[in-house]
Amino acid sequence: MTTTARAIGARPVAELRIDRTACDGYGLCAELLPELIELDDWGYPIVRDAAVPDELLGLARRAVEACPVLALRVRSRAGG
Amino acid sequence: MTAVTPSRSLSNGLFAGRPMAAGPELIGEHTARLGPLPGPEATRDLIPALELSGLLGRGGAGFPVGRKWRSIAERSDGRAVVLANGAEGEPLSAKDRAVMTLRPHAVLDGVLLAARVVGADEAILYIGAEHRAARRSLATALAERPLPLTVRIVDAPDRYVAGEESAAVHFVNDGDARPTNVPPRPYERGVGGRPTLVQNVESLAYAGLIARRGSDWFRAASQAGPAGLGMVTLAGVAHPGAREIEMGAPLGEIVGPSGARQETTQAVLIGGYFGRWATAAEAWDLALDPAAMRRAGLAFGCGVVSVLGTDECGLEMTGRILGYLAEQSAAQCGPCVFGLRAIADAAGRLAGRSGTPDDLARIERWGGQLAGRGACRHPDGAAGLLQSSFKIFGEEWQRHARSRTCSFAGQPARAA
Repeated sequence: MTTTARAIGARPVAELRIDRTACDGYGLCAELLPELIELDDWGYPIVRDAAVPDELLGLARRAVEACPVLALRVRSRAGG
Repeated sequence: MTAVTPSRSLSNGLFAGRPMAAGPELIGEHTARLGPLPGPEATRDLIPALELSGLLGRGGAGFPVGRKWRSIAERSDGRAVVLANGAEGEPLSAKDRAVMTLRPHAVLDGVLLAARVVGADEAILYIGAEHRAARRSLATALAERPLPLTVRIVDAPDRYVAGEESAAVHFVNDGDARPTNVPPRPYERGVGGRPTLVQNVESLAYAGLIARRGSDWFRAASQAGPAGLGMVTLAGVAHPGAREIEMGAPLGEIVGPSGARQETTQAVLIGGYFGRWATAAEAWDLALDPAAMRRAGLAFGCGVVSVLGTDECGLEMTGRILGYLAEQSAAQCGPCVFGLRAIADAAGRLAGRSGTPDDLARIERWGGQLAGRGACRHPDGAAGLLQSSFKIFGEEWQRHARSRTCSFAGQPARAA
């Protein structure tokens, strides 16, 4: 990926993935990463935007570590 | 459940030959009509032919068949598995049963060709346990012909999600017919960890015809557009059941001979329980062609066309389907367990004239939050149905919520 492509946001570096069968609705992800994740009426995450911008990558990794059931992942997108 | 009813058959399709009412086509009749199974020489280019034919998977998702076969052939190393999907858990659909029961050798042709072309050494016929006639017919057909590989029958549990492709693989591997979180997808790692072609039985049967007659024949067999021939199931009409059609035919021309008239039709549910509602005016001239339907915001899906009369309440049917889908959830993912359940309960109250404007506001909000939030597409299917009902029956939803009255009260529901 070129610097220019990253600068204009053409190719996001990383994306959030939730294993929906593992998720138990603890909600820590939305607490740590409200910019990208909100909760539904039952406490299950709604990912507003799966693409993680560089400036939120640190928080996203903390959210991944905080999930008690390891349902959240940050995955590099192919070519990213 | 809709029954298989006899109808005039297309002269060039799966159901040419023995009338539908006369039971399964025997191997002798099948071979006399279509010729023997093409040999390896003739099917060396079958994958490109399928790609050119434009054949789309007929299980509901509409994925291109040739591309799917290619992705497995590239990985197989001769050890792939072919899983013929005849689970047909969709309550309004009867077409897979019709194909399996009445044209078992056409299905087996497709299975054997797929196995040869993608490089499989095992095949599984995954048949809904409740579809006994289909199972019997395929078991008989298996005994009637030589088989170059192991073919076994696996009874699919009678659950809506059991036919979802990762659920089918999960069941064969572990006896658990619930979808798994993907990836890996079955074409990468499926039955026994091997690349697995999960293909609907109707799609396999048409692949067998394309292998004999070529991609040009298939594309030209449509009435309009390139989608070839296809199976539909008609419901809510005087003569319900499975039909083979020339794709691209206007919907009105298909349901008309079965007893439906536009003047007495309020709306049409297209694509089954995961489908979309359309008004009679939108639906009647709609070409039953996947591309044309997509442009209209609809989907061919598994080919269900269910007619709602001008004397029936669309909310009643929508609420009943949502209740069924909530009950049939695999209960693995929170948004389905809680969200879909709550939507179904509120929609059921509103349909039954005991709901409130708050119920309606909530299901509008919740309906917009469901899509993409399950391991499988179950919540997406339910959300699509609900949202199309807002579009088509918007005033009726308001009426039920605000005044707890129904424009059709007292009229018994007719459709399945």
